[in-house]
Amino acid sequence: MNRIAQLDPTQGHGIPEVGAPPRSSATTSAVRTKRQGNPSEAELIERVLRGDEEAFRELVRPCERAVFITTQAILKNEADAEDAAQEAVLKAFTNLAKFRGDSKFSTWLFRIATNEALMKLRKQRHQKLHDSSDEQRTDEEGDYIPRDFADWREIPSEALQKKELRQALSRALAFLTLKHREVFVLRDVQHFTIAETAHLLGIKESAVKTRLLRARLQMRDALAPGIDGSWSTGRTEYEQVRPG
Amino acid sequence: MEISCEEVWREVSNYLEGEISGELRARMEEHFKGCKHCTAVLDGTRNVVQLVGDATVFELPAGFSNRFLSET
Repeated sequence: MNRIAQLDPTQGHGIPEVGAPPRSSATTSAVRTKRQGNPSEAELIERVLRGDEEAFRELVRPCERAVFITTQAILKNEADAEDAAQEAVLKAFTNLAKFRGDSKFSTWLFRIATNEALMKLRKQRHQKLHDSSDEQRTDEEGDYIPRDFADWREIPSEALQKKELRQALSRALAFLTLKHREVFVLRDVQHFTIAETAHLLGIKESAVKTRLLRARLQMRDALAPGIDGSWSTGRTEYEQVRPG
Repeated sequence: MEISCEEVWREVSNYLEGEISGELRARMEEHFKGCKHCTAVLDGTRNVVQLVGDATVFELPAGFSNRFLSET
């Protein structure tokens, strides 16, 4: 079913306005700079607001992977992550008129996706359906001692193409507790600043830094042996990513 | 003043963020010159950040792209 066709992006609801500068000035300058070649983000937004659904798809398509990664990292379940990603896109569509253009559209969409996933997670927790493993492994405040000192000076380019690396990344990420995972994804995958990450999650910047440190070290411990071993050489002894 | 490996590990993420004082940065860099383990930790942590910064390294479920916008 085409749910967008039933909605009106000029009649937003549920999403707070983002930032102060009025969209008109930001969009007109962006439009001026992209008259040739692919349409600019601002042009696409204006087309959507005039009723062009296809322009919305064009706007969102480059963000789909990152939106899913965000919701998946928070929810750890593909089906729920897809639901949350789609709800986020719908909310973005229905609230597009509120988008003020002081950040990139993708940043705004990631914020909506993050909120959507967190709301879904809270609902699940309320229903006591969440994975209790997150609660059992929350002793992060002590120092984290790196467990592996494999020399990892660079990422072999051929390793990036390997399915094993992609799978290992997903597994390593899944081993992080929720509070480490969400900080890691917002800061290192979505490139929110530490201050923005803290604001999004409602925690202090110092907590973001503490969690980020542990998440990065755990990810490194999980991935480093494979980077030096199986993914670049074809050996399999490091294939199993160790839990953090 | 020398800095311990444990202190380096505690600050390695802030080091990558550029969120430490110049004095601490200098002490850490001096430490890295003589400590292979901490250099490995720094390099690996930096690589993790670079790796996941490229969203294409994450897998999407089969058919996700087709479903993502067709159902909205």
